[in-house]
Amino acid sequence: MTGFGGFLLRRAVGTVITLLAISVIVYVVFYVTPGNVAQITCGPRCSPAQVHQVAEQLHLGDPLYARYGDFLQGLFTGHDYSTGTSVEHCEAPCLGLSYQTDQQVTALILTKLPVSLSLVLGAMVLWLLLGVGTGVLSAWRRGRLSERVLTAVTLAGTATPVFVIGLVLMIVVCGELRLLPFPQYVALTDDPEQWAWNLLLPWLSLALIEAATFARLTRAAMLETLAEDHIRTFRAYGVGERAVIGRHALRGAFAPVIALNANNVGSAVGGAVLTETLFGLPGIGQELVHAVKVVDLPVVVGMVLVIGFFVVLANAVADVLYAVADRRVVLA
Amino acid sequence: MSEALVAAEAAVTGVEPVPAASGARQFWRRLRTQRAALVAAAVVALLLLVAVAAPLLTALEGQDPNSYHPALIDSARGGVPIGPFGGVSADHWLGVEPQTGRDLFARLVHGARVSLGVALAATVVQVAIGVTVGVASALGSRWVDQLLSRVTDIIVAMPLMIMALALLAIVPSSFPRPVLVALVIGLIAWGNIARIVRAQTLTLKGLDHVAAARLSGWGPVRVARRELLPGLAAPVITYAALLVPMNITVEAALSFLGVGVKPPTPSWGQMLTAADVWYQAAPQYLLLPAGALFVTVLALTVLGDGVRTALDPRAASRLRVGTGRGRGKKGQASATAPVPPAVTPTGADKSAPTEQHPTGGTAS
Repeated sequence: MTGFGGFLLRRAVGTVITLLAISVIVYVVFYVTPGNVAQITCGPRCSPAQVHQVAEQLHLGDPLYARYGDFLQGLFTGHDYSTGTSVEHCEAPCLGLSYQTDQQVTALILTKLPVSLSLVLGAMVLWLLLGVGTGVLSAWRRGRLSERVLTAVTLAGTATPVFVIGLVLMIVVCGELRLLPFPQYVALTDDPEQWAWNLLLPWLSLALIEAATFARLTRAAMLETLAEDHIRTFRAYGVGERAVIGRHALRGAFAPVIALNANNVGSAVGGAVLTETLFGLPGIGQELVHAVKVVDLPVVVGMVLVIGFFVVLANAVADVLYAVADRRVVLA
Repeated sequence: MSEALVAAEAAVTGVEPVPAASGARQFWRRLRTQRAALVAAAVVALLLLVAVAAPLLTALEGQDPNSYHPALIDSARGGVPIGPFGGVSADHWLGVEPQTGRDLFARLVHGARVSLGVALAATVVQVAIGVTVGVASALGSRWVDQLLSRVTDIIVAMPLMIMALALLAIVPSSFPRPVLVALVIGLIAWGNIARIVRAQTLTLKGLDHVAAARLSGWGPVRVARRELLPGLAAPVITYAALLVPMNITVEAALSFLGVGVKPPTPSWGQMLTAADVWYQAAPQYLLLPAGALFVTVLALTVLGDGVRTALDPRAASRLRVGTGRGRGKKGQASATAPVPPAVTPTGADKSAPTEQHPTGGTAS
């Protein structure tokens, strides 16, 4: 298998294998829990008999491989759960039922996903604009005072945890200056304007931190490109500095920025969990933190898998984009 | 700081053959020439001192981190500290916590202990696993290499914050929490260091002195210990220096979410969670942990940059053309890619981005 088609195929197969491996690891790690799941699910005042009943209902006594097989089957073909009186069908991709609320995990995730996607995608637009813009600016002004200021600011940005900047922004903008109300999620489909206004601060918090990383990378990539021979040739032919920076050097920064952006999806998801918790946005991150606190394992496993899926997918897409953007990549 | 950035920056040192550690004296000489790194080193040293001497410092103040002082808070006004600036006095140097009246100075310095302790312990775990897996992968048979490399890929693909969050849920609360947080961070985020070590080991393996040792019948363990580890020191120290601030951020984030270090053990992240509703009555309750986190992470990051420059001046002083983008996958290429010609020094940027790989970040 050679060429671009082969590269795509190998990448796709690798992605599927990685996802399966992650599902096995996550499932095994979480269901070999040292804690007593049945007791936690049932509550502290349950009698031993009730705890036993819960354990039976959750199939906690079955061997692990059988439970994983069940889980996989549910994922691909759906699953039937008996709820005592009736049978509830959970359609594929079925991630099981919540221990706490008996809600289907897939449905739960689907209700939370728009919030998280709104947050991450909106912030991504901001951090790419801010980060690349700052990087270009500091490459253009290299050696001057303004560049040094920008470099210091971006360094400070990489050293600030997202929840610190979010907290400070919320207190200053909403609390002290009262420029914005404290964020409350409004769905895009309900009211696009309110959606954007309410997400503005969460977007900024997440984007400012990530933008700092991008600014550093863009600046470095541009300075590297500026040192190359073809740039010297452009300059010798009298191409203006603005065109050299804005067109030719920026092109050199393109591939690393794409790569870092996909890389950062994982880090941004972690940042999104913090941002959602801080601003009280009802997204996947907030729900995951809640599920972790009440040891609702099907919800935890489902969400980790879904998030892992997005991160692995983003990495795969980045690999392909990277190969397209930079012809020097060896398609090995 | 973002782990993707750490990976991007550290990969620079990992992929080119770094000259074996050129001696401690030369390292200090090179570090000394960087003013920012020196200031950062002083700050880090001070923080370490505070962390180690935390019980002593609080004894000097005459307080301890966990005692409640109900007399110092105004319960009629919802638990606001009595007195100016959140209850600052000769007895309570930085004031007291709203609602509980616990001493803030004591909680802050004990928080430094937790923060630095967890981050350093996690880094030790990451380095231990990363070096072991990386060396074994590079020296082992093809089969071993394939297996370990795929495992590393999977580890790198897992989002650190999410996995840590989830893992912390399932361990019973009787397990000592700071140890657990350090272990969890250490066990999840060793993928990038394993890749760097593997690439570096493959490069070293081809060098004459290592080949000579192998040919003279030394076992792999002896070869690794005597001939490889000295050559691995530079990239490993460089990357470890970048991991510490990242680990501090992750610990603070987990504690902020309420699943990291549990009360009453003080932690900066945890203080921030409680502080946001009190910012008007006791602003220092918010500003102290936020500032402490910021200064610590910043100082460690700058020091990490300085350490890299001192260990591998080439990465910092030269910008290179067309390097790693021609790389194959997962760091294998370092063994095959020729060392690119260096060009004249120009912008002298520390974070040459050439080695950023699409799947290089574990992501936090």
